[in-house]
Amino acid sequence: MSFGVHSYLLVSAIIFSIGVFGFFLNRRHIIHLLISIELILLAVNINFVAFSADISDLTGQVFCVFVLTIAAAEAAIGLAILVIYFRKRGTIDIDQATQLRD
Amino acid sequence: MEILFYLFSSILIFCAVAVVCVRNTLYSVLFLIVAFFNTGGLFLLAGAEFLAMILVIVYVGAVAVLFLFVVMMLDASQTQPNQQLNRYRWGSIGATCIFAFELIMVVFQWTHGSKAVDRVAFPLPKYIGNTEALGELLYTHYFYIFQISGLILLTAMIGAIVLTLPGDGHRFLRKQNVKDQLRRSKKDTLMLKHVDFRQGIK
Repeated sequence: MSFGVHSYLLVSAIIFSIGVFGFFLNRRHIIHLLISIELILLAVNINFVAFSADISDLTGQVFCVFVLTIAAAEAAIGLAILVIYFRKRGTIDIDQATQLRD
Repeated sequence: MEILFYLFSSILIFCAVAVVCVRNTLYSVLFLIVAFFNTGGLFLLAGAEFLAMILVIVYVGAVAVLFLFVVMMLDASQTQPNQQLNRYRWGSIGATCIFAFELIMVVFQWTHGSKAVDRVAFPLPKYIGNTEALGELLYTHYFYIFQISGLILLTAMIGAIVLTLPGDGHRFLRKQNVKDQLRRSKKDTLMLKHVDFRQGIK
């Protein structure tokens, strides 16, 4: 079976670039930043699976499982911090987060 | 197969663009869910059935719904994007072009492919299923890393619960209260008793 690894890698590169674009574009909203990070990790997972299928090695899929685990933990902690920040300050604007500087 | 690949990847790219560019955060999370589904389809085409199912179950079922809940919990005026996006537009386009150029250059350098068979650590199984082979690998060779990732998830769970406990009087986080400490006196906390021999305290 001829496996088109280049097309997978191209899709992954495009998703990664879109994630980076969203990361820089929506710099003021933490929740947009978290969603963009999810997109970037999704691109990383596509890359892992594509290489795993290309060189027919199972290690890429194992590490994909670990990336999913860490992404879930990161999303949970980030959203918890977002919720308590909103509860304390009433806003989720990053530019308002100057409590340590003041 | 080719048609399925192009279908999944085009929907995936469209949904990723929509996630970034749509104005309502709620819609952006919903587009993220569709993107996860299509990535699951791509994984199925690449032969990673277990990861496809995990992506749909864990990501769509847990993480994306968590995002959805948080977006609904926050104030609606907070989750609407503001009008100042133009400030960052050129910078973000420049950074994206740099990243995309580098990644695409790297992609077209990859010509190795299946010629690297002798360097394979754990070859794909031929006679057992993907899930079974992945489980055998996870519970033998990667056992410690697997347990550590479980511990990381446990830590994240405890941290999220403790962080979002309602109210200021945390039951689990004991805080130092200087006023209470200074107000303590000897007669409040200390009592002297005379104890008879072999009688004990009455």
